[in-house]
Amino acid sequence: MLDSVEPYVTADGRTIGGVLMDMRGITLRFGGVEAIKNISFDIREGEIRAIIGPNGAGKSSMLNVISGFYHPQEGEVWFRGEKRAAMKPYQVARLGIARTFQNIALFEGMTVLDNIMTGRLTHMKTGMLSQALWYGRAQAEEVANREVVERIIDFLEIQAIRKTPVGRLPYGLKKRVELARALAAEPKLLLLDEPMAGMNVEEKEDMSRFILDVNDEFGTTIALIEHDMGVVMDISDRVVVMDYGRKIGDGTPDEVRGNQEVIDAYLGVAHD
Amino acid sequence: MLYREAGDFKTSYEADSQTFPIRFDRIGFWVIMAIAFGVIPFMINDYWANAIFVPFLIYAIAAIGLNILTGYCGQVSLGTGGFMAVGAYACYKLMTSFPDVSIIIHVILAGGITAVVGAAFGLPSLRIKGFYLAVATLAAQFFLIWLFNKVPWFYNYSASGQISAPERFVGGFAVTGANTAAPAKYLICLVFLTVCALIARNLTRGTIGRSWMAIRDMDIAAEIIGVNPLKAKLTAFAVSSFFIGIAGALFFAVYLGAVEVGEAFGIQKSFLVLFMVIIGGLGSIFGSFAGAAFLVLLPVALKVIGVDLLGWPTDLVAHLQLVIVGALIMFFLIKEPHGLAQLWRLTKEKLRLWPFPY
Repeated sequence: MLDSVEPYVTADGRTIGGVLMDMRGITLRFGGVEAIKNISFDIREGEIRAIIGPNGAGKSSMLNVISGFYHPQEGEVWFRGEKRAAMKPYQVARLGIARTFQNIALFEGMTVLDNIMTGRLTHMKTGMLSQALWYGRAQAEEVANREVVERIIDFLEIQAIRKTPVGRLPYGLKKRVELARALAAEPKLLLLDEPMAGMNVEEKEDMSRFILDVNDEFGTTIALIEHDMGVVMDISDRVVVMDYGRKIGDGTPDEVRGNQEVIDAYLGVAHD
Repeated sequence: MLYREAGDFKTSYEADSQTFPIRFDRIGFWVIMAIAFGVIPFMINDYWANAIFVPFLIYAIAAIGLNILTGYCGQVSLGTGGFMAVGAYACYKLMTSFPDVSIIIHVILAGGITAVVGAAFGLPSLRIKGFYLAVATLAAQFFLIWLFNKVPWFYNYSASGQISAPERFVGGFAVTGANTAAPAKYLICLVFLTVCALIARNLTRGTIGRSWMAIRDMDIAAEIIGVNPLKAKLTAFAVSSFFIGIAGALFFAVYLGAVEVGEAFGIQKSFLVLFMVIIGGLGSIFGSFAGAAFLVLLPVALKVIGVDLLGWPTDLVAHLQLVIVGALIMFFLIKEPHGLAQLWRLTKEKLRLWPFPY
C-alpha cells in the first residue's frame, strides 16, 4: 500500500517506514497571490517531519492543504499510496489525519473531557436512536471510548483538569488539551501548527517530550510547524524549509543547517 | 451537610457519565418524580392545571427543544411559534383524518412532521449564522402562520378558521376535548415531558450532543475533527423541532382545545420560549425547566400579589408584568448570560467546599 522506499532505523532506534503522505507539485493561489509554488515533498511513516520558514512563507497554508481545508489549484496529494480526491475537512479527518491549530481552537464551553471525547468522534458509530435510548450500545460505546480518552489524559498528565471547562484553563494547558484532542482520534498523521508558540522554556520542554513520546509510543507520524529552531533541530528527523511559497531546502536537520539558501532566507543576503 | 459532592467517588465510567452524578441529586430526582406522578394528580384541580402545571409542562418541552438548537448547537431561532403551529396543525389533521388511532401516536407523529419541516427550514443555517439566521427563521415563523391562515385544507374548511380538538381517550380517560379532567391533562403532558427530557439528556451527553456543542463553540475546528456540519446542524434542527412540535400538539390538543393560529402561535410565542431558554440557561436541560417554570409562575405570582393581595387594578398588574419580565431579561443578559442553571451550578461549586471559602 505504501510507496516502496526502503525502511531505515534511526540513531535512537525508531523504524522509519515507507512514504505515508506525498505532496506532488502543489500550487495554491489566492486570487493573484501564489501562496505555495510547485512544492513537492513526502512524509514517511513514523517520522517527525518539520516544516520551517520565515513568516509568510506558506507553512500554515501547506498544513491547511494537507488537512483538506484549502484545495490546491495544481498538484496531487497522495496518502497511503492512493491519490486523494478533493475532500471536505471532516472527510480528511476520517482518513486518519488530525491537527492542532496555531491559535488554539478548542471548544471553550465544553469540559476538557468532552473536548477530548469529541476527538473520538470518527471512532463512534451508534445511530441517533440508540443514543436517545442510551442504555445498551450507546453507553457501551461511550465507555469504551472513554477508556481510550482516559489513557491519553494519563499520558499527557491532565487528570486533575478533566472536568474543568476549557475556557478557564491557562494557555499552556490549553495547548496540551488540544494535543490530547488530536491524539484521541488515534491519527495516522498528526499535524501540529506551532505547538510551542508562546510557551516558556519549561513548557516547551514538556511539549517536546510529549511529541517525542507520542511518536515513540504510538508510532504516530508527525508533521509540525515550529519557529523555535533549537526544538526543530533536536526533535525532527527531516526538515522542509519554505520561503515565499517556494521550497528552498529539504533534508536532515544537519543538511538543512548547512544549506546556503536557507541561511540566506533566515539571515538575509548582503548586497554588495 | 446533606448536599455534598466530596467523598462521592465513582468506580466506573458508567457511574461517572450518569445524569445525576451526585447522590443527593439522584434522591431528589426520584422524590420529585414520586410527587409528580403519585401526589399531584390526586390534588390537582382545574385552576392549578390550567394556570400553572399544564402550561409549565408544555413550555418545558418547547424550551428543551429550543435549547437543543440554540443552547447546544448555537443556531439562533425565532421560529419556535411557527414550528409549534406545525405540530398543532399536524396533530389536528391526524386526529381528524384517523380518528381511531391513539392520540399518543398522533402527538409523536406531529413531532416527526415538525422535525421534517424544521430540518427544511434549517437548510439556510449551512450558509448563514447568527443574526442572519435569526432573520431566516423569522421568515419561517411568518410564512408558516400565513400558510395555516390562508390554506383552508389545514383547518378542514371550518367557517371560523379555527381548529378545535375532538375528544380523544387514553385508557378510558378523556385527554382532549371539553370534558377532560385536570389530572388527565396533567398526566399526559407530564409523561411526554419526562420522556422528552430523558431523550434530550441522552442525546446531549453522547456523541451527537458533543458534535452539536463543537459546532456551537468553533465550527471550523469541529469540521477538522470530523464533525459533518451539515449533519450536525440539520439533526439539531430536526430534534429541536421534534420536541417543539410535540409541545405545539399538546398546547393545541390538551391545553387550549381550540386554536386560532396567529393568536396562539404568533411571534410572541417564539420570543416567550426564547426568553425561557435565556433566563433558564442556554445549553442546559435543567435550565429549560427553570426558565419555563419562571416565566409561567411569574405572571401568576404577580397577579396573586398585585390583584389579590394589594388590590391593584388588573390592567396595571398586566403592564407591570411586561416591565418586570423585560427588566429581568436585561438583568440576566448582563449579569448571568448562562441563566438560572449557571446560578445553580455556582451554588453547587460553593457547596462543594462549604463551609470553607476555598
